[in-house]
Amino acid sequence: MNAKKIDITALDEWVDGCIAERTVYGPRAKGDRFVFGQLERAGELRLDYDVTILPPKKYLQPQKEALLSFGRDGKFESVVDDSPFVLFGVHPYDMVAINQMDTIFTLDDEDVHYTARRKNAVIVVNDVETVSANVFAGCMGTATVDKGFDILLTRIGDAYLVDARTDKGEELAGALADAPDASEADIEDRKKIQEKNTELLKKHDLKVPLSELPGLLAGSMEHPVWNEKSRTCYSCGSCNLVCPTCYCFDVQDDVDWNLESGTRCRSWDACLLRDFATVAGDHNFRRRRSDRYRHRYYRKGGYMPEKIGEIGCVGCGRCVTACTAKIANPVEVFNALLEKAQ
Amino acid sequence: MSAQKATDIYLPEQATVLRAEPMTKMERFFELKMNSGKPLGHMPGQFVEVSIPGVGEAPISVSSSPTRGDSFDLVVRNVGNVSGAMHKLETVERVGIRGPFGTSFPVDGEMKGKDVVFICGGLGLVPVRSAIQYVLDNREDYGRVVILVGTKTASDRLFSGEIEQWRASQNITVLETVDHRDEHWSGIEGVITTLIPLVKLNPSSTVAIVCGPPIMYKFVIVELMRRKLPTGSIYVSLERRMKCGVGKCGHCQINNVYVCKCGPVFRFCDVDNLEEAI
Repeated sequence: MNAKKIDITALDEWVDGCIAERTVYGPRAKGDRFVFGQLERAGELRLDYDVTILPPKKYLQPQKEALLSFGRDGKFESVVDDSPFVLFGVHPYDMVAINQMDTIFTLDDEDVHYTARRKNAVIVVNDVETVSANVFAGCMGTATVDKGFDILLTRIGDAYLVDARTDKGEELAGALADAPDASEADIEDRKKIQEKNTELLKKHDLKVPLSELPGLLAGSMEHPVWNEKSRTCYSCGSCNLVCPTCYCFDVQDDVDWNLESGTRCRSWDACLLRDFATVAGDHNFRRRRSDRYRHRYYRKGGYMPEKIGEIGCVGCGRCVTACTAKIANPVEVFNALLEKAQ
Repeated sequence: MSAQKATDIYLPEQATVLRAEPMTKMERFFELKMNSGKPLGHMPGQFVEVSIPGVGEAPISVSSSPTRGDSFDLVVRNVGNVSGAMHKLETVERVGIRGPFGTSFPVDGEMKGKDVVFICGGLGLVPVRSAIQYVLDNREDYGRVVILVGTKTASDRLFSGEIEQWRASQNITVLETVDHRDEHWSGIEGVITTLIPLVKLNPSSTVAIVCGPPIMYKFVIVELMRRKLPTGSIYVSLERRMKCGVGKCGHCQINNVYVCKCGPVFRFCDVDNLEEAI
């Protein structure tokens, strides 16, 4: 199917059609901010959102999910949630993060709990319409995205380009088969919007070339910035919890009221929390705040590139906004390394 | 993503307790067998994740050698939820097992043909016992064998009967020390490093296996280096919070290294530049 061009009314009709048939999650208003939530009608969908409080990662790796169930006999069984859903209006930087998670959860050993959800997800990316206060995706090469999604939406004036890229996407966009095709000029306009977004999504200016970041970090283990910044860190883990590329988890057993059966659940964890690296006997291998703080930036800028070949920060800016102490801006940290290194 | 149906990496298999006995006030011994009837398939130094339904899962070192039959031994110190629940386990009861995970001591690699010195502090003897048994069961493959064991007090000693058997074997030097001597101990007193000057080490043909509490490594390794042992010939087993065992959950990370996959056994020269390792 060629890319289609539809007006807002047609978009709403299409979205309402999707909602009638499927579970659809998308950005909606919550107070003066935005969150991904289940949509009951197209009117709730806010494609003009700037950024959501939590990334859409929560539909692929939920805050808490059952991995296994167990019964009276003590035997464990896998719990796999493979119910299909549509994830509507994902911003390119969040899509890049999902692509990274796809690699992480299939690297060496496939995590079937993640991949079952992922295979059943239809993802509709929407090129950013409103620039958020702290986004720096333009510096991270993530203001646009070219893979992983099923449909790309781009707002051009009062219309949307709907560009299905996969079979799943074509199926979801099937209702638009009779809509007019996008013209070459429309495709050209989309390109301009994407180029402009790369410039606009730079609310913070990263001075380190991305390819040099792992090398810069490699020589910065003893840099004063870790102590300086982490001095006011509350070890609250907010930076971890709003991050689209943080995937560390904890596993706990939940016992049912009958005290016989239950579930083994995993939940998001945060490496900034004090006891993240504590083992039996109260040995904490990252007892100092500065060690935990440093670990987060090394993970994003050094360890993730080593593991998957990409910087593990997509520039969404959520950590910058979420941090009470105002110390979590990755751009400030990486720039500081550059300054002192010179 | 692969199209074929993958198995669940978090799903434990069942194992049955063949033997459960107290060792000290804090440690309990278990002999387990997989219900599948198959051997665990581990190598010395690897660990398993032990599951108690409703309580949780914990990483536990395998304490026996794969040369000792289809069952396997674990020793558990009562320090947490899972280990606490395991201390109530009796014969015939079942637990869940995932694994074996991680790297092993180089019993079929660098250790072969070399003198081997095992240096164990406290619970460090538990994983190292697996390698000691393996070496004893293939005794002709190795040179001199030296076993150094340190505990806090005499009542904390683990496998004391087995240590006596080792001591009685030919071609094996066994030295023990306790941090604090009492009426139950007339042997050597002092921390584990006290024993190192007492043994002959040929630096060019010796492999050292070191395992113990975090504080022990610094001192033992300095002592070994003083004896001119190359850092490439020193192997350490590092303890971390290996929650998932498959390199995903992030808890066991030392800098860029996932201990559950790249460890727990490391060649010391590969970790001595890692800021958070020792």
